[in-house]
Amino acid sequence: MTGKTLYDKIWDAHLVGEDAATGEAVLYIDLHLIHEVTTPQAFAGLKAAGRAVRRPDLTLAVADHNTPTENQALGLAGVRDEAARNQLTALTRNVKEHGIEFFPMGELRNGIVHVVGPEQGRTQPGMTVVCGDSHTSTHGAFGALAHGIGTSEVEHVLATQTLRARKMKNMAIEVSGRLNEGVTAKDLALHLIAHIGTAGGTGYVMEYRGEAIRALSMEGRMTLCNLSIEGGARAGLIAPDEVTFDYVRGRPAAPKGGAWELAEKHWRTLYSDDDAQWDEVVHINAADIEPTVTWGTSPEQAIALSGKVPDPAQMTDPIKRSAATRALDYMGLEAGQRIAGTPIQRVFIGSCTNSRIEDLRAAAEVAKTGKVADGVRAMVVPGSGLVRAQAESEGLDTVFSAAGFEWREPGCSMCLGMNPDILAPGERCASTSNRNFEGRQGRGGRTHLMSPYLAARAAISGVIG
Amino acid sequence: MKPFTKLRTTAAPLTDKGKLMANVDTDMIIPKQFLKTTERVGLAEGLFHELKTLPDGSMNPDFVLNKPKYKGAGVLIAGENFGCGSSREHAPWALLDQGITCVIAPSYADIFFNNSGKNGILALRLPQEICEKLAEQAGGGNSVFEIDLEHQTVTGPDGTDYRFEIDPGRKDKLLNGLDDIAMTLQRAPDIERFEAQRKLTTPWLETIG
Repeated sequence: MTGKTLYDKIWDAHLVGEDAATGEAVLYIDLHLIHEVTTPQAFAGLKAAGRAVRRPDLTLAVADHNTPTENQALGLAGVRDEAARNQLTALTRNVKEHGIEFFPMGELRNGIVHVVGPEQGRTQPGMTVVCGDSHTSTHGAFGALAHGIGTSEVEHVLATQTLRARKMKNMAIEVSGRLNEGVTAKDLALHLIAHIGTAGGTGYVMEYRGEAIRALSMEGRMTLCNLSIEGGARAGLIAPDEVTFDYVRGRPAAPKGGAWELAEKHWRTLYSDDDAQWDEVVHINAADIEPTVTWGTSPEQAIALSGKVPDPAQMTDPIKRSAATRALDYMGLEAGQRIAGTPIQRVFIGSCTNSRIEDLRAAAEVAKTGKVADGVRAMVVPGSGLVRAQAESEGLDTVFSAAGFEWREPGCSMCLGMNPDILAPGERCASTSNRNFEGRQGRGGRTHLMSPYLAARAAISGVIG
Repeated sequence: MKPFTKLRTTAAPLTDKGKLMANVDTDMIIPKQFLKTTERVGLAEGLFHELKTLPDGSMNPDFVLNKPKYKGAGVLIAGENFGCGSSREHAPWALLDQGITCVIAPSYADIFFNNSGKNGILALRLPQEICEKLAEQAGGGNSVFEIDLEHQTVTGPDGTDYRFEIDPGRKDKLLNGLDDIAMTLQRAPDIERFEAQRKLTTPWLETIG
């Protein structure tokens, strides 16, 4: 018998049954994270059909996508946008009706759903985790099979605690060697996506492997797995190890005492066997990776910071050429210009990709060295109330404020601009988020994705670099 | 879910400077400001909002769905990796609200592909060159297409049949408009058995919430 990948193992352990007629498997879900934007229609569907939530105890709710990042203590009354307030009210009502644990806006444990799950110890190795948000891939950093689902599937999970799914293929991303000094998980992810393309992982679960991955902190691993979806893969995975166990141990929902011993014993079996079969293997040499930024409107349009904006005329693939031409026009860049030195007007440090304590520490180190440049508005949005409190206990808020950064309250904020934090048309932003799509951060806004370190540097110098 | 069987309609090609647009993301299909609804209907207003309107808010006469010829188009033709990005099901809801129940493209992002199936939208795959050919035909005088799911064919305005492949399970669900939740609830005894076993094998997961 051939060996199994980590994905195969988690899949097999959660198989409730298979449906020959539809070719689907019914997979048990260990953790269902929910938020205000992708659930109201699901709860309405349950109600219309007279169905209950099967396992409220395996469901956790937060408000994060459309919450303002100031005056959260005012509660819903402080949310000026009526439509956003309606969604938040609907979530509050729905979780109460179904007995689901909820961290509302303004409470210390609230924050971005993909920061909160791990922080509370709700995310654990070997689990299946779903959420109506594509960046659910973040939780794969713990060796959990985690991916985004649509609202119909949210309703399905609420009603049955299972998901109808088809097995995906296995892709190994082997990252050999060590990352260079100053190169982060964000740079690694953007480098990889530029290499395989934004649809390179479509149909696959990606497992990140190798020395460079082992050397990453949990924060770095979460950043990397978070961006799996930008490479087309619904889920990314990293086999759990001591780094994982150390992170989970002692968190509120982590197993305690004898239960911990039992859990850890199980978690130590969660790795891909040496003779596992991979459908695809991608090799990356960590030493080749430089600090990386995007120049276009797709995460695959990324280059080294030392590089030049590519020339569409030199591209042989007509589809890539057409996309690059459109992107240059939208971004207001010229083919062949150096990306370093491009002036920016906005800086956003936050999102489920890069808003954890390690990210804020990296940005604060830079903030200590100067002041936000004239004509630049820079925001720091911590991933959760607890991240914010931790940062404040380390004095990072003082560092940011003294340097002229705005120190905000937690939420998804300008990553997707559902709240008041958006770019004006033509504004150029150095952003630690995950998507540089046209209009993502505001109509006509121009997003350059990068690490917190590079974004903070852009804030101080006023240019990418 | 409404079953999908046959469709006879005009098809709108989503192009940029004459080329089919690749990597059309869900932010483009339905921008963030339209996600604050608690309904599944009424989303057509937001469909391709930033493409169909000009910065001053007026309608962009050059956008395909604004052209009189494509007002009632039930099919959209696009480039590869259609629907990449966010998991927002508002994307297929907005297409449905516009009356689009079929997309033709060389490939799709996984989550969008899944979400469209759950809403009775046929997202069918044909090779890039055929998509280009169909887009060209869709721009001609006669742009009526016929989609037949049972026989897995797209008939172009020129009368040529193009066969597409689809997983038999997906096809069955679309043809019959099957309700996933009802199907899974029939397996309640399996779920109960699984949960009983789960308590024994991973007991620490039981006391988590």
